[in-house]
This record gives sequence, C-alpha cells and structure tokens, in this order.
Amino acid sequence: MAEKHQHDAPPSPYLEKRRTAAETEALEERVRRLENLLTEKGIVSKKTLDRVVSIYENDLGPLNGAKVVARAWVDEAYRQRLLADATKAIKELGFGGLQGEHMVVVENTATVHNIVACTLCSCYPWPVLGLPPTWYKNPPYRSRIAIDPRGVLVEFGLELDDSIEVRVWDSSAEIRYLVLPERPQGTEGFSEEELTALVTRDSMIGVARINSPS
Amino acid sequence: MNSIHDMGGMTCFGAVKPEEDEPVFHGEWERRVLALTLATSVLFGPLDRRRHVLEQLSPLEYLSYSYYERWLARIEHLSKEAGVFTDEEFASGVVEPSEVVPNVPIDPDTMDSIIRQGDPSGRDSGRSEPCFAVGDRVSARNINPPGHTRLVRYVRGRVGVIHRLHGTHLFPDTTAHDKGENPQPLYSVRFDATELWGSLAPIKDSLFIDLWEDYLEAENG
Repeated sequence: MAEKHQHDAPPSPYLEKRRTAAETEALEERVRRLENLLTEKGIVSKKTLDRVVSIYENDLGPLNGAKVVARAWVDEAYRQRLLADATKAIKELGFGGLQGEHMVVVENTATVHNIVACTLCSCYPWPVLGLPPTWYKNPPYRSRIAIDPRGVLVEFGLELDDSIEVRVWDSSAEIRYLVLPERPQGTEGFSEEELTALVTRDSMIGVARINSPS
Repeated sequence: MNSIHDMGGMTCFGAVKPEEDEPVFHGEWERRVLALTLATSVLFGPLDRRRHVLEQLSPLEYLSYSYYERWLARIEHLSKEAGVFTDEEFASGVVEPSEVVPNVPIDPDTMDSIIRQGDPSGRDSGRSEPCFAVGDRVSARNINPPGHTRLVRYVRGRVGVIHRLHGTHLFPDTTAHDKGENPQPLYSVRFDATELWGSLAPIKDSLFIDLWEDYLEAENG
C-alpha cells in the first residue's frame, strides 16, 4: 500500500525553487519600504508590529494545545466538555481569540483517525497551535490530503491499517479543528505536566500518533 | 472563482516535505509581513474580502510565490486600492508632503486585545431556522460563483450527510463583495471518500467539510 501511495506523488520541480541571495535581499528591501510607507502614513506603528511578532513567536504555539490534550487525558469531565463545546472548554485554560473563535475537537480512537487541513488556504487553530508550519500551507498537503490522506500520512511515517477509519476535516469556514490524539500506552502513572510534554503539534493536526515513551 | 487556490483533490504537487524543527519564521521579512497583515486587517475589511485578493493572483504567481510573498502582494494591493499611498510613493518609497492629517495607527494593546478576543463569524441575527437536520442527505449545489466562495469544487454535485449544525454564520460569498453578511446556518457535512473520489477510494474513509445553507440542496432518494 505504501508503494502505491508513493507512486501517486511524483516530484514537482517548480515547487522546489529556492530564492537566490539577491532575490531574498530584494524581498527584504520591498518589505522594509512597505513598512516605512505604512508607518509614515500612520497606518501601523513599529511598536504594534513588534507586539504581534512577539505574541506569535513567544506566546501562542503547540504547547497550548498540548495542555488542552493532557487535561482531557487526566480529567474525564473536562474531556466531555471539550468534545461537547471545545471553544468554551479551551477558554477554561485561558486560550482563545483570532483564528480560534469557533473550535471543534475531534477524538482519535483505536478505530478512527482524524486529520485536519485547509484545502482553500491555510486555516489553522492559532490560539492552540500557533502559526501553521510551511508544509500545511503548501500545495502538496492542501491538494492531496483530500483525495489521498493515507498516502500523505505515509510521508509523515504513519501507515494506518485498512481497518482504521480515516476522517479528513477540511476547514472551509471559520470553524477550527484540533485533534485529540490517543493517550499512548505506558503513561498510566504520568502527571499532567509529563503528559503535556509528550504531545506533539503533528499529533494535534492528525498527521502523527504519539509514541509510547517506553 | 474557479482558480488554483481551490486545490483539494489535485495530485500533481509531489510529496509533502516537513521541515525538521521548523522555526515560526524563516527570516525577519516574514515576521514583518505577518505583523503588517494583522495590523492592517481592520482597515482592509472582512477576512473573506482579504482572502479573495489572494485568490485573484494569477495561478503562476500563486504557485511560484511563497506563502508570505502572497501575503506581501496582498498588503501592497489593498494599500493601493484603499488609496493609502500613491503609485509614485509606492515606487519611490518616499512619502510626499501632504495637508492631510495623518492617520492614528492601532496601538499595541488594542492589537493585543483583537488577537486575544478574535473576530467571530457566528451571528445572532439572520436566517436562524435551519432547513436541514443532522442525518439529512444533502447535495452540494453545482454552481460556479464568479467571485469569492468557500464551496470547493470537489464537493459540487456530490451527496453527503449533515453531521452537525454549527449555528448561524456570516456568508463569505456576499461578505467578501460588500453585499452584506447574509448570516445563515452553517453545517458540517460528511462525504464518503467513495462519493468524492470514486469506487477505488477506501470504503470506510470520509471527508467532513463546513458548508453554508446556500451551498446545499435536499437530496431525495
């Protein structure tokens, strides 16, 4: 099966393009000029721009989502609330806002595997996962995840048995999806903090499972 | 508009190549483009209007630009469209002297609270009585809107089942074109993989997608 799926993904030379140093420099200059113009016109301020960068580089990232997942693993009542009304349950832990206004959590089990995507653009739950990785926003994932999710998972090193039901969630509206991964075997005695450290970004997108720590 | 951004179901782009330990940004210019995009968002109107700017890039530009290059092109386009600066100013990078009182930019704390509070698309007004119930069979309408739409091509004409109701949400197709928010029920609709991709697709697999009521019609039989 893996062989068949890999055959479905021919190389794409023009997407491998890398900028030359001169092209990168031109791009940097173009952005500097635009920022200067918008600053001088009073449209933006440097302080505000710096704050935005700091929020997305330091405050919002997959650690937030990992906390949500670990809480659901240790607290059954929280898990129920999370699956019933994710926006509200995530807010309990202090997370929410832009690109996470309407959250839905989908649960992976021994028989169901969920994967999140946005085929039209790059919709992604920023408050709990931060900004999306480049692969999530690029054509190979956005196009093939709809038609060949199992083949895409193989590229992430995850081969699913045919008996498992695959569900792809295409984020076409303002609903943002987070996968609640399966709690790995061998973590029975783990604290919530120890569990948080095991949860990966990819497992919350649904392109990976969480390995047993043993 | 049927363009390259609607790429679900294409198989021509090669393998997915995750970058190990990928940083949030790959250079200072990407940081600035993200920040400029968010800081100008209030000025440039609804999100779907801004999404449509990206959709209007030519397919060649769309595919050859990196993600943040597309976002950069969008800020430039929207700034010119809004008359923020003249073509001459954009070309020279120098602001011409003017009598106009300068705009007051959004301050860091206001920006911070926009990010923390978000901009929900759910509405209390509009069409609140849903036409469809969970379990109903529906088909996605086979329509080809010339402007912005979130009705992906790969579900058009296909039959699915209402999985859940998300409540009433603003409608992108009108919101993007300043024709009103037209709030209406939004559904999660489940399509069998075999319905979308043919009988060779895995029989158990399915795809869920969020579709507004105006994208759907009842499927009988």
